[in-house]
Amino acid sequence: MLKFTEDHEWVRVDGEIGTVGISDYAQEQLGDVVFVELPDIGKTIAKGDEAAVVESVKAASEVYAPVEGEVAAVNEALNDNPGLINSDAQGDGWFLKIKLADASQLETLMDEAAYKTYVEGLG
Amino acid sequence: MSQDHDVQDLKRTPLHGLHLSLGGKMVPFAGYDMPVQYPTGILKEHLHTRDAAGLFDVSHMGQAALVGPDVAAALETLVPGDIQALDHGRMRYTQLTNEAGGILDDLMVTKLADDRLWLVVNAACKLNDFALIEGALDGRARLERAEDRALLALQGPKAAEVLSRLVPDAAALPFMAMAELDVAGTPALVSRSGYTGEDGYEISVAADDAEGLAKLLLAQDAVAPIGLGARDSLRLEAGLCLYGHDIDETTTPVEAALVWSISKRRRAEGGFPGAETIQRQLADGPQRRRVGIRPDGKAPAREGTPIMKDGRAIGTVTSGGFGPTVSGPVAMGYVETAHAAADTAIELEVRGRALPGRTAKLPFVPQRYYRG
Repeated sequence: MLKFTEDHEWVRVDGEIGTVGISDYAQEQLGDVVFVELPDIGKTIAKGDEAAVVESVKAASEVYAPVEGEVAAVNEALNDNPGLINSDAQGDGWFLKIKLADASQLETLMDEAAYKTYVEGLG
Repeated sequence: MSQDHDVQDLKRTPLHGLHLSLGGKMVPFAGYDMPVQYPTGILKEHLHTRDAAGLFDVSHMGQAALVGPDVAAALETLVPGDIQALDHGRMRYTQLTNEAGGILDDLMVTKLADDRLWLVVNAACKLNDFALIEGALDGRARLERAEDRALLALQGPKAAEVLSRLVPDAAALPFMAMAELDVAGTPALVSRSGYTGEDGYEISVAADDAEGLAKLLLAQDAVAPIGLGARDSLRLEAGLCLYGHDIDETTTPVEAALVWSISKRRRAEGGFPGAETIQRQLADGPQRRRVGIRPDGKAPAREGTPIMKDGRAIGTVTSGGFGPTVSGPVAMGYVETAHAAADTAIELEVRGRALPGRTAKLPFVPQRYYRG
Protein backbone atom coordinates (compact mmCIF):
# COMPACT_ATOMS: atom_id res chain seq x y z
CA MET A 1 0.00 0.00 0.00
CA LEU A 2 1.43 3.37 -1.08
CA LYS A 3 0.06 6.58 0.48
CA PHE A 4 0.95 10.28 0.20
CA THR A 5 0.66 13.39 2.38
CA GLU A 6 -0.18 16.93 1.29
CA ASP A 7 3.43 17.80 2.21
CA HIS A 8 4.65 15.36 -0.47
CA GLU A 9 5.92 12.53 1.72
CA TRP A 10 5.07 8.96 0.76
CA VAL A 11 4.78 5.86 2.95
CA ARG A 12 4.80 2.32 1.58
CA VAL A 13 3.41 -0.15 4.09
CA ASP A 14 4.51 -3.76 4.39
CA GLY A 15 3.04 -5.42 7.46
CA GLU A 16 3.74 -3.18 10.47
CA ILE A 17 6.64 -1.34 8.80
CA GLY A 18 6.17 1.78 6.71
CA THR A 19 8.98 3.00 4.42
CA VAL A 20 8.98 6.81 4.13
CA GLY A 21 10.34 9.14 1.46
CA ILE A 22 9.46 12.24 -0.55
CA SER A 23 7.57 12.18 -3.82
CA ASP A 24 9.03 12.56 -7.25
CA TYR A 25 7.17 15.88 -7.49
CA ALA A 26 8.89 17.02 -4.28
CA GLN A 27 12.40 16.14 -5.46
CA GLU A 28 11.78 17.99 -8.67
CA GLN A 29 10.68 21.09 -6.75
CA LEU A 30 13.75 20.87 -4.48
CA GLY A 31 16.31 20.42 -7.22
CA ASP A 32 19.70 18.84 -6.58
CA VAL A 33 19.76 17.34 -3.08
CA VAL A 34 23.14 17.76 -1.36
CA PHE A 35 22.53 16.69 2.25
CA VAL A 36 20.11 14.64 4.30
CA GLU A 37 19.76 14.54 8.08
CA LEU A 38 18.21 11.29 9.26
CA PRO A 39 16.73 10.52 12.68
CA ASP A 40 18.20 8.18 15.29
CA ILE A 41 16.99 4.60 15.17
CA GLY A 42 14.60 3.88 18.04
CA LYS A 43 13.24 7.42 18.18
CA THR A 44 9.45 7.75 18.28
CA ILE A 45 8.02 10.39 15.98
CA ALA A 46 4.43 11.67 16.08
CA LYS A 47 2.41 12.03 12.89
CA GLY A 48 3.28 15.36 11.29
CA ASP A 49 6.45 15.91 13.32
CA GLU A 50 9.85 16.39 11.71
CA ALA A 51 11.36 13.05 10.75
CA ALA A 52 14.28 14.19 8.61
CA VAL A 53 15.78 17.22 6.88
CA VAL A 54 16.59 17.38 3.18
CA GLU A 55 18.81 20.13 1.79
CA SER A 56 19.09 21.17 -1.83
CA VAL A 57 21.69 23.61 -3.14
CA LYS A 58 19.17 26.37 -2.44
CA ALA A 59 17.52 25.55 0.88
CA ALA A 60 16.70 23.17 3.71
CA SER A 61 13.28 21.52 4.00
CA GLU A 62 11.71 19.33 6.69
CA VAL A 63 10.38 15.88 5.98
CA TYR A 64 7.40 15.12 8.24
CA ALA A 65 6.35 11.71 9.49
CA PRO A 66 3.22 10.63 7.55
CA VAL A 67 2.23 8.39 10.47
CA GLU A 68 3.32 7.96 14.08
CA GLY A 69 5.86 5.29 14.91
CA GLU A 70 9.31 4.24 16.01
CA VAL A 71 12.23 4.63 13.62
CA ALA A 72 13.27 1.08 12.68
CA ALA A 73 15.87 1.87 10.01
CA VAL A 74 17.36 4.78 8.05
CA ASN A 75 18.77 4.81 4.54
CA GLU A 76 22.49 5.18 5.24
CA ALA A 77 23.20 5.24 1.49
CA LEU A 78 21.83 8.81 1.41
CA ASN A 79 24.75 10.05 3.54
CA ASP A 80 27.22 9.38 0.75
CA ASN A 81 24.83 9.74 -2.14
CA PRO A 82 21.99 12.18 -1.42
CA GLY A 83 21.46 12.40 -5.18
CA LEU A 84 19.53 9.09 -4.90
CA ILE A 85 16.60 11.26 -3.87
CA ASN A 86 16.69 13.00 -7.25
CA SER A 87 17.32 9.88 -9.30
CA ASP A 88 14.85 7.57 -7.54
CA ALA A 89 12.72 9.46 -5.01
CA GLN A 90 10.08 6.78 -4.63
CA GLY A 91 12.54 3.86 -4.62
CA ASP A 92 16.24 3.85 -3.64
CA GLY A 93 15.85 7.40 -2.34
CA TRP A 94 13.78 6.33 0.69
CA PHE A 95 14.58 8.07 4.01
CA LEU A 96 13.51 5.83 6.87
CA LYS A 97 11.45 2.86 7.97
CA ILE A 98 8.97 3.38 10.73
CA LYS A 99 7.24 0.80 12.94
CA LEU A 100 3.62 1.95 12.77
CA ALA A 101 1.99 2.87 16.07
CA ASP A 102 -1.53 3.12 14.65
CA ALA A 103 -2.28 1.71 11.21
CA SER A 104 -5.61 3.53 11.11
CA GLN A 105 -3.69 6.80 10.56
CA LEU A 106 -3.02 5.59 7.01
CA GLU A 107 -6.67 6.18 6.21
CA THR A 108 -6.14 9.95 6.50
CA LEU A 109 -3.57 9.89 3.66
CA MET A 110 -4.07 10.04 -0.12
CA ASP A 111 -3.68 7.07 -2.41
CA GLU A 112 -1.58 7.42 -5.56
CA ALA A 113 -4.48 8.53 -7.78
CA ALA A 114 -5.68 11.13 -5.26
CA TYR A 115 -2.13 12.47 -4.83
CA LYS A 116 -1.70 12.76 -8.59
CA THR A 117 -4.88 14.85 -8.77
CA TYR A 118 -3.68 16.92 -5.80
CA VAL A 119 -0.33 17.69 -7.46
CA GLU A 120 -2.01 18.61 -10.75
CA GLY A 121 -4.12 21.09 -8.79
CA LEU A 122 -0.95 22.83 -7.56
CA GLY A 123 -0.27 23.96 -11.13
CA MET B 1 6.67 23.40 -1.66
CA SER B 2 4.94 25.23 -4.46
CA GLN B 3 6.25 28.70 -5.13
CA ASP B 4 3.25 30.88 -5.76
CA HIS B 5 3.89 34.45 -6.66
CA ASP B 6 2.02 37.14 -8.46
CA VAL B 7 3.86 37.29 -11.75
CA GLN B 8 1.74 40.28 -12.74
CA ASP B 9 3.78 42.54 -10.47
CA LEU B 10 7.14 41.32 -11.63
CA LYS B 11 9.27 43.06 -14.22
CA ARG B 12 10.81 41.16 -17.10
CA THR B 13 14.21 41.46 -18.69
CA PRO B 14 14.55 41.51 -22.50
CA LEU B 15 15.53 37.82 -22.26
CA HIS B 16 12.38 36.71 -20.40
CA GLY B 17 10.93 34.90 -23.42
CA LEU B 18 14.23 33.15 -24.03
CA HIS B 19 14.35 31.93 -20.42
CA LEU B 20 10.88 30.43 -20.80
CA SER B 21 11.75 28.77 -24.09
CA LEU B 22 14.88 27.26 -22.48
CA GLY B 23 12.75 25.78 -19.69
CA GLY B 24 13.95 28.18 -17.02
CA LYS B 25 12.35 27.78 -13.59
CA MET B 26 11.25 31.33 -12.89
CA VAL B 27 11.29 32.92 -9.44
CA PRO B 28 10.86 36.49 -8.20
CA PHE B 29 14.19 38.20 -7.58
CA ALA B 30 14.58 41.91 -6.82
CA GLY B 31 11.22 42.61 -8.45
CA TYR B 32 12.03 40.65 -11.62
CA ASP B 33 10.80 37.28 -12.86
CA MET B 34 14.17 35.51 -13.23
CA PRO B 35 15.40 31.97 -13.94
CA VAL B 36 16.77 30.30 -10.80
CA GLN B 37 17.81 27.32 -12.91
CA TYR B 38 17.25 25.60 -16.24
CA PRO B 39 16.33 21.91 -16.62
CA THR B 40 20.03 20.99 -16.22
CA GLY B 41 19.90 21.98 -12.54
CA ILE B 42 22.04 24.17 -10.28
CA LEU B 43 24.81 21.63 -9.60
CA LYS B 44 25.55 20.95 -13.26
CA GLU B 45 25.15 24.61 -14.22
CA HIS B 46 27.69 25.55 -11.56
CA LEU B 47 30.21 22.92 -12.66
CA HIS B 48 29.68 23.76 -16.32
CA THR B 49 30.61 27.38 -15.64
CA ARG B 50 33.84 26.33 -13.90
CA ASP B 51 34.67 23.85 -16.70
CA ALA B 52 33.53 25.64 -19.85
CA ALA B 53 31.38 28.78 -20.16
CA GLY B 54 28.06 29.91 -18.73
CA LEU B 55 25.73 32.63 -20.00
CA PHE B 56 23.89 34.64 -17.34
CA ASP B 57 21.15 37.23 -17.78
CA VAL B 58 21.99 40.07 -15.41
CA SER B 59 19.81 42.64 -17.17
CA HIS B 60 17.95 43.29 -13.92
CA MET B 61 21.01 45.16 -12.64
CA GLY B 62 21.04 48.93 -12.95
CA GLN B 63 23.19 50.50 -15.67
CA ALA B 64 23.76 54.23 -16.05
CA ALA B 65 26.22 56.79 -17.32
CA LEU B 66 27.29 59.58 -14.98
CA VAL B 67 28.36 62.68 -16.88
CA GLY B 68 30.03 65.90 -15.77
CA PRO B 69 33.27 67.88 -16.16
CA ASP B 70 34.70 66.60 -12.84
CA VAL B 71 32.61 63.46 -12.60
CA ALA B 72 35.30 61.28 -10.96
CA ALA B 73 35.84 63.75 -8.10
CA ALA B 74 32.07 64.18 -7.80
CA LEU B 75 31.40 60.45 -7.43
CA GLU B 76 34.18 60.19 -4.86
CA THR B 77 32.00 62.24 -2.49
CA LEU B 78 29.69 59.17 -2.36
CA VAL B 79 32.08 56.19 -2.52
CA PRO B 80 35.44 55.31 -0.88
CA GLY B 81 36.88 53.90 -4.13
CA ASP B 82 39.62 55.75 -5.99
CA ILE B 83 37.70 56.90 -9.05
CA GLN B 84 40.12 59.69 -9.98
CA ALA B 85 42.95 57.18 -10.34
CA LEU B 86 41.05 55.17 -12.95
CA ASP B 87 42.62 55.11 -16.41
CA HIS B 88 40.45 55.32 -19.50
CA GLY B 89 38.51 52.11 -20.04
CA ARG B 90 39.34 50.73 -16.60
CA MET B 91 36.80 49.66 -14.01
CA ARG B 92 36.79 49.41 -10.26
CA TYR B 93 34.66 47.84 -7.53
CA THR B 94 33.44 50.21 -4.80
CA GLN B 95 30.53 50.90 -2.43
CA LEU B 96 28.01 53.66 -1.81
CA THR B 97 28.32 54.37 1.91
CA ASN B 98 26.08 56.09 4.46
CA GLU B 99 27.06 58.53 7.23
CA ALA B 100 27.73 55.62 9.61
CA GLY B 101 30.11 53.98 7.13
CA GLY B 102 27.51 51.31 6.29
CA ILE B 103 27.12 50.05 2.73
CA LEU B 104 24.08 51.28 0.76
CA ASP B 105 25.10 49.21 -2.27
CA ASP B 106 28.17 47.86 -4.00
CA LEU B 107 28.83 48.77 -7.61
CA MET B 108 31.20 48.73 -10.56
CA VAL B 109 32.49 52.04 -11.91
CA THR B 110 34.20 52.38 -15.30
CA LYS B 111 35.89 55.45 -16.73
CA LEU B 112 34.69 55.84 -20.30
CA ALA B 113 36.05 59.39 -20.68
CA ASP B 114 37.28 62.21 -18.45
CA ASP B 115 33.70 63.44 -18.17
CA ARG B 116 31.89 60.10 -18.36
CA LEU B 117 31.64 57.14 -15.96
CA TRP B 118 29.66 53.95 -16.43
CA LEU B 119 27.94 52.49 -13.36
CA VAL B 120 26.50 49.04 -12.74
CA VAL B 121 24.54 48.66 -9.49
CA ASN B 122 22.43 45.95 -7.86
CA ALA B 123 18.87 45.42 -9.09
CA ALA B 124 17.25 45.68 -5.67
CA CYS B 125 19.06 48.95 -4.91
CA LYS B 126 19.03 50.70 -8.26
CA LEU B 127 16.12 53.08 -7.71
CA ASN B 128 17.51 54.25 -4.38
CA ASP B 129 21.07 54.43 -5.71
CA PHE B 130 20.13 56.49 -8.73
CA ALA B 131 17.95 58.85 -6.67
CA LEU B 132 20.78 59.27 -4.16
CA ILE B 133 23.38 59.98 -6.85
CA GLU B 134 21.12 62.41 -8.71
CA GLY B 135 20.24 64.25 -5.53
CA ALA B 136 23.75 64.44 -4.11
CA LEU B 137 25.46 65.39 -7.36
CA ASP B 138 22.76 67.74 -8.65
CA GLY B 139 24.38 70.53 -10.66
CA ARG B 140 27.71 68.73 -10.76
CA ALA B 141 27.00 65.55 -12.68
CA ARG B 142 24.07 64.21 -14.67
CA LEU B 143 22.87 60.60 -14.45
CA GLU B 144 21.73 58.97 -17.69
CA ARG B 145 19.85 55.82 -16.74
CA ALA B 146 20.29 53.11 -19.34
CA GLU B 147 16.92 51.43 -18.86
CA ASP B 148 16.86 50.37 -22.51
CA ARG B 149 19.91 48.15 -22.13
CA ALA B 150 20.39 44.50 -21.28
CA LEU B 151 23.44 42.96 -19.57
CA LEU B 152 24.75 39.48 -20.28
CA ALA B 153 27.59 37.77 -18.42
CA LEU B 154 29.68 35.11 -20.14
CA GLN B 155 31.79 33.39 -17.51
CA GLY B 156 34.20 30.48 -17.39
CA PRO B 157 37.57 29.27 -18.65
CA LYS B 158 36.25 29.02 -22.23
CA ALA B 159 34.58 32.46 -22.24
CA ALA B 160 37.55 34.15 -23.92
CA GLU B 161 37.84 31.56 -26.65
CA VAL B 162 34.10 31.77 -27.33
CA LEU B 163 33.80 35.56 -27.39
CA SER B 164 37.00 35.98 -29.41
CA ARG B 165 35.39 33.94 -32.17
CA LEU B 166 32.75 36.67 -32.47
CA VAL B 167 34.99 39.64 -31.68
CA PRO B 168 38.76 39.04 -31.82
CA ASP B 169 39.55 42.14 -29.73
CA ALA B 170 37.92 40.47 -26.72
CA ALA B 171 40.89 38.11 -26.31
CA ALA B 172 43.37 40.75 -25.13
CA LEU B 173 40.96 42.91 -23.12
CA PRO B 174 42.58 43.18 -19.66
CA PHE B 175 40.82 42.13 -16.46
CA MET B 176 38.67 45.00 -15.13
CA ALA B 177 38.75 46.89 -18.44
CA MET B 178 35.91 47.87 -20.75
CA ALA B 179 35.78 48.58 -24.47
CA GLU B 180 33.15 49.47 -27.04
CA LEU B 181 33.22 46.49 -29.38
CA ASP B 182 31.18 45.19 -32.26
CA VAL B 183 30.08 41.68 -31.31
CA ALA B 184 29.07 39.98 -34.57
CA GLY B 185 27.31 43.13 -35.74
CA THR B 186 25.93 44.18 -32.36
CA PRO B 187 27.41 47.32 -30.78
CA ALA B 188 28.30 46.46 -27.18
CA LEU B 189 30.08 47.70 -24.10
CA VAL B 190 32.23 44.70 -23.23
CA SER B 191 34.10 44.42 -19.94
CA ARG B 192 36.42 41.68 -18.68
CA SER B 193 34.69 41.16 -15.38
CA GLY B 194 32.08 39.12 -13.61
CA TYR B 195 31.04 37.65 -10.31
CA THR B 196 31.95 33.96 -10.47
CA GLY B 197 35.69 34.00 -9.76
CA GLU B 198 36.30 32.84 -13.34
CA ASP B 199 37.64 34.67 -16.37
CA GLY B 200 34.81 36.15 -18.39
CA TYR B 201 32.95 39.14 -19.71
CA GLU B 202 29.95 41.30 -19.06
CA ILE B 203 28.32 42.52 -22.24
CA SER B 204 25.97 45.50 -22.25
CA VAL B 205 23.79 45.82 -25.35
CA ALA B 206 20.59 47.57 -26.42
CA ALA B 207 17.55 45.69 -25.15
CA ASP B 208 16.44 44.94 -28.71
CA ASP B 209 19.76 43.24 -29.49
CA ALA B 210 19.87 41.10 -26.34
CA GLU B 211 17.98 38.03 -27.45
CA GLY B 212 19.82 37.74 -30.75
CA LEU B 213 23.19 38.01 -29.04
CA ALA B 214 22.19 35.55 -26.29
CA LYS B 215 21.07 33.01 -28.88
CA LEU B 216 24.29 33.49 -30.82
CA LEU B 217 26.36 32.90 -27.67
CA LEU B 218 24.28 29.87 -26.66
CA ALA B 219 24.84 28.40 -30.14
CA GLN B 220 28.60 28.35 -29.50
CA ASP B 221 30.29 25.18 -28.31
CA ALA B 222 30.92 25.20 -24.55
CA VAL B 223 28.18 27.74 -23.69
CA ALA B 224 25.14 26.84 -21.57
CA PRO B 225 22.52 29.06 -19.92
CA ILE B 226 23.03 29.46 -16.16
CA GLY B 227 20.45 30.60 -13.62
CA LEU B 228 20.58 32.64 -10.43
CA GLY B 229 21.00 29.54 -8.26
CA ALA B 230 24.40 28.72 -9.72
CA ARG B 231 25.29 32.40 -9.86
CA ASP B 232 24.88 32.41 -6.07
CA SER B 233 26.92 29.25 -5.42
CA LEU B 234 29.66 30.42 -7.81
CA ARG B 235 30.05 33.82 -6.16
CA LEU B 236 29.95 32.23 -2.68
CA GLU B 237 32.81 29.86 -3.56
CA ALA B 238 34.66 32.86 -5.03
CA GLY B 239 34.28 34.68 -1.67
CA LEU B 240 32.28 37.54 -3.22
CA CYS B 241 29.68 39.46 -1.23
CA LEU B 242 25.98 39.43 -2.03
CA TYR B 243 24.36 42.76 -1.17
CA GLY B 244 21.56 42.47 1.37
CA HIS B 245 23.16 39.35 2.83
CA ASP B 246 26.93 39.68 3.34
CA ILE B 247 26.92 43.45 3.23
CA ASP B 248 24.24 46.02 4.01
CA GLU B 249 23.68 49.36 5.73
CA THR B 250 24.90 47.93 9.05
CA THR B 251 28.25 46.62 7.76
CA THR B 252 31.20 48.81 6.83
CA PRO B 253 33.73 48.04 4.07
CA VAL B 254 36.31 47.43 6.80
CA GLU B 255 34.15 44.89 8.63
CA ALA B 256 33.30 43.30 5.29
CA ALA B 257 37.02 42.79 4.49
CA LEU B 258 36.74 45.09 1.47
CA VAL B 259 39.57 47.43 2.45
CA TRP B 260 41.45 46.33 -0.68
CA SER B 261 38.89 48.42 -2.59
CA ILE B 262 39.94 51.65 -0.80
CA SER B 263 43.18 53.20 -2.02
CA LYS B 264 45.88 54.68 0.21
CA ARG B 265 44.94 58.20 -0.90
CA ARG B 266 41.25 57.74 -0.12
CA ARG B 267 42.01 56.13 3.25
CA ALA B 268 44.11 59.15 4.16
CA GLU B 269 41.92 61.89 2.67
CA GLY B 270 38.45 60.54 3.43
CA GLY B 271 35.81 62.74 1.86
CA PHE B 272 33.12 60.08 1.47
CA PRO B 273 30.09 59.37 3.71
CA GLY B 274 31.08 57.63 6.92
CA ALA B 275 34.79 58.36 6.40
CA GLU B 276 35.38 59.04 10.12
CA THR B 277 34.04 55.62 11.11
CA ILE B 278 35.87 53.83 8.32
CA GLN B 279 39.17 55.64 9.06
CA ARG B 280 38.83 54.83 12.75
CA GLN B 281 38.20 51.15 11.96
CA LEU B 282 41.19 51.13 9.60
CA ALA B 283 43.36 52.52 12.39
CA ASP B 284 42.03 50.53 15.34
CA GLY B 285 40.63 47.45 13.64
CA PRO B 286 36.92 46.63 13.41
CA GLN B 287 35.09 44.79 16.19
CA ARG B 288 33.93 42.12 13.78
CA ARG B 289 35.05 40.90 10.42
CA ARG B 290 33.70 38.91 7.50
CA VAL B 291 35.35 35.50 7.22
CA GLY B 292 34.99 32.29 5.24
CA ILE B 293 33.62 29.27 7.10
CA ARG B 294 33.99 25.56 6.43
CA PRO B 295 31.70 23.24 8.40
CA ASP B 296 33.62 20.04 9.26
CA GLY B 297 30.72 17.75 8.30
CA LYS B 298 28.41 17.70 5.35
CA ALA B 299 25.53 19.76 6.75
CA PRO B 300 25.31 23.22 5.17
CA ALA B 301 25.19 26.21 7.55
CA ARG B 302 22.70 28.62 6.00
CA GLU B 303 22.25 32.38 6.33
CA GLY B 304 21.30 33.26 9.92
CA THR B 305 23.13 30.32 11.52
CA PRO B 306 24.62 31.43 14.87
CA ILE B 307 28.42 31.08 15.08
CA MET B 308 29.63 30.01 18.54
CA LYS B 309 32.97 29.66 20.30
CA ASP B 310 33.10 27.64 23.51
CA GLY B 311 29.34 27.93 23.81
CA ARG B 312 29.22 31.73 23.38
CA ALA B 313 27.78 33.49 20.31
CA ILE B 314 30.53 35.27 18.36
CA GLY B 315 28.76 35.92 15.08
CA THR B 316 26.31 34.91 12.37
CA VAL B 317 26.46 33.26 8.96
CA THR B 318 25.42 35.68 6.19
CA SER B 319 25.64 33.31 3.18
CA GLY B 320 25.94 29.57 3.27
CA GLY B 321 25.20 26.49 1.29
CA PHE B 322 26.74 23.71 -0.70
CA GLY B 323 29.75 24.48 -2.88
CA PRO B 324 29.61 22.19 -5.91
CA THR B 325 33.28 22.72 -6.85
CA VAL B 326 34.44 22.39 -3.23
CA SER B 327 32.06 19.42 -3.05
CA GLY B 328 31.03 20.33 0.48
CA PRO B 329 29.38 23.01 2.56
CA VAL B 330 30.82 26.54 2.47
CA ALA B 331 29.69 29.74 4.15
CA MET B 332 30.71 33.25 5.08
CA GLY B 333 29.73 35.37 8.00
CA TYR B 334 30.83 37.89 10.59
CA VAL B 335 32.73 36.96 13.75
CA GLU B 336 34.33 38.97 16.53
CA THR B 337 37.77 40.05 15.30
CA ALA B 338 39.51 38.04 18.05
CA HIS B 339 38.26 34.87 16.36
CA ALA B 340 38.65 35.98 12.73
CA ALA B 341 42.06 34.41 12.02
CA ALA B 342 41.84 31.66 9.42
CA ASP B 343 41.50 28.11 10.75
CA THR B 344 39.96 29.09 14.08
CA ALA B 345 37.79 26.29 15.49
CA ILE B 346 34.16 27.39 15.84
CA GLU B 347 30.74 25.80 16.25
CA LEU B 348 27.76 26.35 13.99
CA GLU B 349 24.33 26.07 15.57
CA VAL B 350 22.31 24.15 12.99
CA ARG B 351 18.85 22.95 14.04
CA GLY B 352 19.70 23.19 17.72
CA ARG B 353 22.98 21.31 17.46
CA ALA B 354 26.48 22.75 17.65
CA LEU B 355 28.30 21.43 14.60
CA PRO B 356 32.09 21.85 14.45
CA GLY B 357 33.65 24.04 11.78
CA ARG B 358 36.57 26.35 11.06
CA THR B 359 37.06 29.84 9.77
CA ALA B 360 38.71 29.74 6.37
CA LYS B 361 40.55 31.94 3.93
CA LEU B 362 38.48 33.32 1.08
CA PRO B 363 38.02 32.46 -1.71
CA PHE B 364 37.19 28.76 -1.35
CA VAL B 365 38.03 28.22 -5.01
CA PRO B 366 41.06 30.02 -6.52
CA GLN B 367 40.07 33.00 -8.64
CA ARG B 368 41.08 32.53 -12.26
CA TYR B 369 40.86 36.05 -13.65
CA TYR B 370 42.66 36.93 -16.88
CA ARG B 371 46.08 38.38 -16.12
CA GLY B 372 47.34 38.80 -19.67
